[in-house]
Amino acid sequence: MLGLNKKDFGLLCLVTFMAAAAPILLNPFPETSTLSFLNAGYPALMQLFAIFGIVLIGFNILFGLTGYLSFGHAAFIGIGSYTAMWMYKLLNFNVIISIPMAMFVTGIFAVLIGWICLRRTGIYFSILTLAFAEMAYRLSYSVLTPITGGETNLSPDPINDPMILKGENGLTVPHLFGFDLNAKYVAEVGNWSFTFEAGYYLCALVLVLSFYLSIRVFRSPFGMMLRAIKANNHRMGYTGLNPKPYMLAAFVISGLYAGLGGGLLVAMDAQAGAERMFWTESGTIVIMSILGGAGTLLGPILGAGAIKYMEKILSSISESQLHSWLSILPDGLEDFLVYILANFFVGHAWHLTLGLVFMLVVIFVPGGLVELGQRVASRFRRKGSEDALVSKETPAE
Amino acid sequence: MAILQVKGINKRFGGLQALGDVNLSVEENSVHAIIGPNGAGKSTLLNVLVGKLIPDSGSVMFDGQSVLGRKPHEINQLGISRVFQTPEIFGDLTVFENVMIPCFAKRDGAFKMNGIGDVKKEKDILEQAEAILDDVSMLDKRHMHSASLSRGDKRRLEMAMCLVQEPRLLLLDEPTAGMARADTNNTIDLLKEIHEKRDITMAIIEHDMHVVFSLAERITVLAQGTPLVEETPENIKGHPKVREAYLGEAQV
Ligand SMILES: Nc1ncnc2c1ncn2[C@@H]1O[C@H](COP(=O)(O)OP(=O)(O)OP(=O)(O)O)[C@@H](O)[C@H]1O
Ligand SMILES: [Mg+2]
Repeated sequence: MLGLNKKDFGLLCLVTFMAAAAPILLNPFPETSTLSFLNAGYPALMQLFAIFGIVLIGFNILFGLTGYLSFGHAAFIGIGSYTAMWMYKLLNFNVIISIPMAMFVTGIFAVLIGWICLRRTGIYFSILTLAFAEMAYRLSYSVLTPITGGETNLSPDPINDPMILKGENGLTVPHLFGFDLNAKYVAEVGNWSFTFEAGYYLCALVLVLSFYLSIRVFRSPFGMMLRAIKANNHRMGYTGLNPKPYMLAAFVISGLYAGLGGGLLVAMDAQAGAERMFWTESGTIVIMSILGGAGTLLGPILGAGAIKYMEKILSSISESQLHSWLSILPDGLEDFLVYILANFFVGHAWHLTLGLVFMLVVIFVPGGLVELGQRVASRFRRKGSEDALVSKETPAE
Repeated sequence: MAILQVKGINKRFGGLQALGDVNLSVEENSVHAIIGPNGAGKSTLLNVLVGKLIPDSGSVMFDGQSVLGRKPHEINQLGISRVFQTPEIFGDLTVFENVMIPCFAKRDGAFKMNGIGDVKKEKDILEQAEAILDDVSMLDKRHMHSASLSRGDKRRLEMAMCLVQEPRLLLLDEPTAGMARADTNNTIDLLKEIHEKRDITMAIIEHDMHVVFSLAERITVLAQGTPLVEETPENIKGHPKVREAYLGEAQV
């Protein structure tokens, strides 16, 4: 179906279902429950899941298939964001213009940057991409301030911006042909409250399409060539294949996905800032990719989701919440544990937890969350069916 | 007619003259062996032929076209394939995928963007890949991860990857090293059969004289980067210069 084999089609259905039902699935705890802070089913966070899922799907085509580690992908998100913002400022707020333009402009940058960075391989390639991203970040705070807004971020100004396509009473918030992306429907079911937002569903739709395309790429001759580059770059040449254009194509595709992500970020929240291009953002993309499982189909979505979830939830846990959970413990111990947790593991210190989780995954399940899932699944299956090893023929989902 | 003409090739690595004024011509449809002691420069010569190394001077003509300065993939597309001394395969991929890739390279050229099609639906490619794996009797290992093959199997796989391209000139760098006797004999038979059936010119580097004398029509002896003799197998056996090259140290 849709040119996919049964297994892949099943995966596509799964992702489609999860994306469509996320507002419900991610809100398992009633509003009144003490665990409701674990809920992730609110639009702002779900948008981030979807958007970073998209960016990571693209990044996976580069890093997962070819093994070339780009350390500057956040720059493409930034370029996409600024482009989309300028479309609002110059033309109008219809995302049907801003998002494709974000991809187009990012694509041009990706061709140029890729063409230069791909003159080197391995760590030198990574350093070059990092250098470009740093350059983009620094420039947007200095010479490029007129374009990027510098420290004050860039946001639309309905009074002074031309907005030539806006018309008399055109919307001044991101919309799709006049349909406000902030429009939402809230369903109250008992103590639960589910929010269905137009913006999130736009992101979810793009996520599903991106996922579908990535399956096609994975199964295509092009995808096979990319895996061959990872396996043995030299052999490619001696087999009559030119690795350069394949690499550049992979790089540009991943750049386009990142530009798409940038465009969507600005479609959800009409402002763009240079901090999106800071090197730690690029690093987060790499960590998401490895945590989820590089080179697998589901890995990018899982990795992006897991980290965005940890970022939001762990950082929101407060000291008083910790006190209330640990109140059954003797006072001294309670205070001690709260002190440790609050200062090292949650709230502002959530990065340490992320670091520990990342270390554990890399050491014990180098294949990331996808491998973890497969191991758990095979535990549950009967022991006789050890033929999971044979299925190495196609890359793991 | 000579399909490959090597003239006056020199290559130095620092103070070491790896190749010194090498002249060699390989006749079309022949099997030409290059033998010589370790470090004689045999692999270095092949590196020059496939574009891995650029010599300091000299010329290499393949079928009337200069090879020097071309990229490895361009040289391969001209029709030169090489089996390396240490097997160069796509270790992360399955055996079957390893042979599909050269099929794509032959059909689609050095670059073709097809990111939507499904490799499993490329009928002609699948058939070719299957046929060649059958020829090297590795069809039963088609789903294996190629990195986990034995050394001998890796070599056979690499040979299949080269043969499936039906190159005009096949360069083999010690194709039977690391193989058991039976596999060596199978390889000899396979190469003989391919040579007769498909008119592939072969240049083969070997230490195993059994292989050399079973296959070669002409033999060039290389020592310290310079060709000493070029002869037929019959004349090479007792040739004084050859004995000197191999036993030189003992006589000094
Ligand atoms: N890239 C290189 N840099 C420096 N020296 C090299 C390089 N490649 C080969 N050599 C040297 O050149 C000489 C010839 O090496 P080559 O590999 O061509 O020998 P060979 O005839 O293939 O030997 P063997 O039978 O052991 O494979 C050796 O002394 C080797 O150490
Ligand atoms: Mg050698």
